[in-house]
Amino acid sequence: MRIPEHPILEFKKGRKISFLFNGRKFFGFEGDTISSALLANGIYVFSRSLRYKNPRGFFCGIGKCSSCLMNVNGIPNVRTCITPLEEGMDIKMQEGFADIPNIRFEGFKRKRISTDILIIGAGPAGLCAALEGTEQNAKILLADENPKLGGQLIKQTHKFFGSREEKAGTRGIEIAEQLTEDVKRKKNIEIFSQSTVFGYYEDGNEHVFGLVKRYNGYKEEIYEVRCKSAIFACGAMENMLVFPGNDLPGVYGAGGVQTLMNVHGVKPGKRVLMVGSGNVGLIVSYQLLQAGVEVAAIIEALPKIGGYHVHAAKVRRSGVPILTSHTIIKAEGKDRVEKAKIAKLDENWNVIPGSEKDIKCDTICLAVGLTPSIRLLAQTGADVRFIAEAGGYVALHNKYMETSIKGIYVAGDASGIEEASTAMLEGRIAGLSAAHFVKNREVEDKKIKPYLDGLDRLRSGDFGIRGRKAKEKILSIMEKEYGRV
Amino acid sequence: MEEYKRTGVLSIKDLKVPSEEYLRKGVALTECVEHIPCNPCVDACPFNAISMESLTDPPNVDYDKCTGCGNCVAVCPGLAIFIVKIKDESALVTLPYEFLPIPKAGEKVVALDREGKSKGIAEVVRVRKVGKTAVITVKTDKKNAMNVRNIRVER
Repeated sequence: MRIPEHPILEFKKGRKISFLFNGRKFFGFEGDTISSALLANGIYVFSRSLRYKNPRGFFCGIGKCSSCLMNVNGIPNVRTCITPLEEGMDIKMQEGFADIPNIRFEGFKRKRISTDILIIGAGPAGLCAALEGTEQNAKILLADENPKLGGQLIKQTHKFFGSREEKAGTRGIEIAEQLTEDVKRKKNIEIFSQSTVFGYYEDGNEHVFGLVKRYNGYKEEIYEVRCKSAIFACGAMENMLVFPGNDLPGVYGAGGVQTLMNVHGVKPGKRVLMVGSGNVGLIVSYQLLQAGVEVAAIIEALPKIGGYHVHAAKVRRSGVPILTSHTIIKAEGKDRVEKAKIAKLDENWNVIPGSEKDIKCDTICLAVGLTPSIRLLAQTGADVRFIAEAGGYVALHNKYMETSIKGIYVAGDASGIEEASTAMLEGRIAGLSAAHFVKNREVEDKKIKPYLDGLDRLRSGDFGIRGRKAKEKILSIMEKEYGRV
Repeated sequence: MEEYKRTGVLSIKDLKVPSEEYLRKGVALTECVEHIPCNPCVDACPFNAISMESLTDPPNVDYDKCTGCGNCVAVCPGLAIFIVKIKDESALVTLPYEFLPIPKAGEKVVALDREGKSKGIAEVVRVRKVGKTAVITVKTDKKNAMNVRNIRVER
């Protein structure tokens, strides 16, 4: 189902594109990914599980889970959520393990490319890092997996909080456009979109990364990227929640649903149960209403709402109930969600017998937190630690955002889950520091001070505690064990 | 724990309600009670009527300076500012609205409270678009001045 009209967004329908799915002809539009075109056509079973052949569907929508892998033009394991739809594509559901054809790995010549700084991820942190780095005349290669730059900003239709310096009052989508435009105007920044940085290798003083660039959706070129410094601004991935039926099509990540609605103009379903009342759960619920989707309820296991009251108030006055001290017991349905069973929790997190209730819905959105994406970063040997307040394993870093490995930096959610506004400031610090590092210069503290002050401001107040604690822990371990501040 | 943390709904006791005199003039009510890092309302006010000690403080409105112009209604990222003006036996409530369809002046809409419950029919008096946010003034009963915070357009 496509969104016919939207109060904030204009969906310019591109050229009509025909494609085959399991041998049947369907239509999508230019700008669709394979996943969004399938969902718009009412196709929600994307694969079958390996052992029990259970139906599986869309989940994260940003290429981070493996829920949407399909065979496209004979190539297996294509991430259909980030692969642009093209005329005549032959898309097939994968049954069981994929057969990987040898031809996939033959005849590739790798190209070599050298740069001062490789930035992995072009979201708020990566874009700001690139802009700051190029100000210092560093040569930059900015790589991102998606066709469009901006990371998760491209689906943030709400106005940002913060102060003027962090573009408060501006919608995330507009911030993405502005930053992307600025980056594209800089001669020193080479942009590799639809590109995955897949491996780390060492060679003397240089860091070497493997990069695969996709074009025409599924064709690829392999690069060997040599750089003096790298910034990991790879963001985060949505958390799963354990309950029976959590793999049914219709159980989607809240962020994935936000991408589907606000980037592709496709509704996830007709009636949604939102699980989690943090800012993501509250904001996505509001955006579902804006897209013309009914929200049955928002449930929250904690006795209080997790996100800002102002976000909760917006959905409440639109008639959506928020049920605190409630959890999801199971999702039921034949090959997609048909209902959810929820129940009330007592103060010890036990289900209160007899409180179970069925909620009729075709979609269950999970907004239960994020985990920093650090798998590639860990390959560099950077010291990673489990910091609960940061959302999981993150690289130790100092105030310059430098990890335990000289010249390797982190920024944004990949360095600890926070907000886009903090990501932009961390990106600026990382970009500035990395550019000084490649020029063998020391960063003057007065240069990063305005950004550090901005971070302090954003992390003050009741809702900044978690981020503040996470960063304090990370910085203090870094100082204690590596003597670097 | 405050009740609104559990329900998402503010009650009168959570808010600073201006005196009748100020309400007759028409002033901004900031339904923003938590310590969140945000201050565009302070910058948006042409009369310096909104102040904040630090970025995370809730806004404080000086009702002597506030003219009820509504600039802050359109910029507030939390859509948490309303203008309330009492006129005779009616209340004019100005609220931010980001849904379709956008009603027209003169149109009758359903007035909703903070829980989305109907408070009867209200008449749209004024519609202003600021970017993609519509700033809508509706006329409702005086007794609903502190309750009506949303509308539903039924066509």
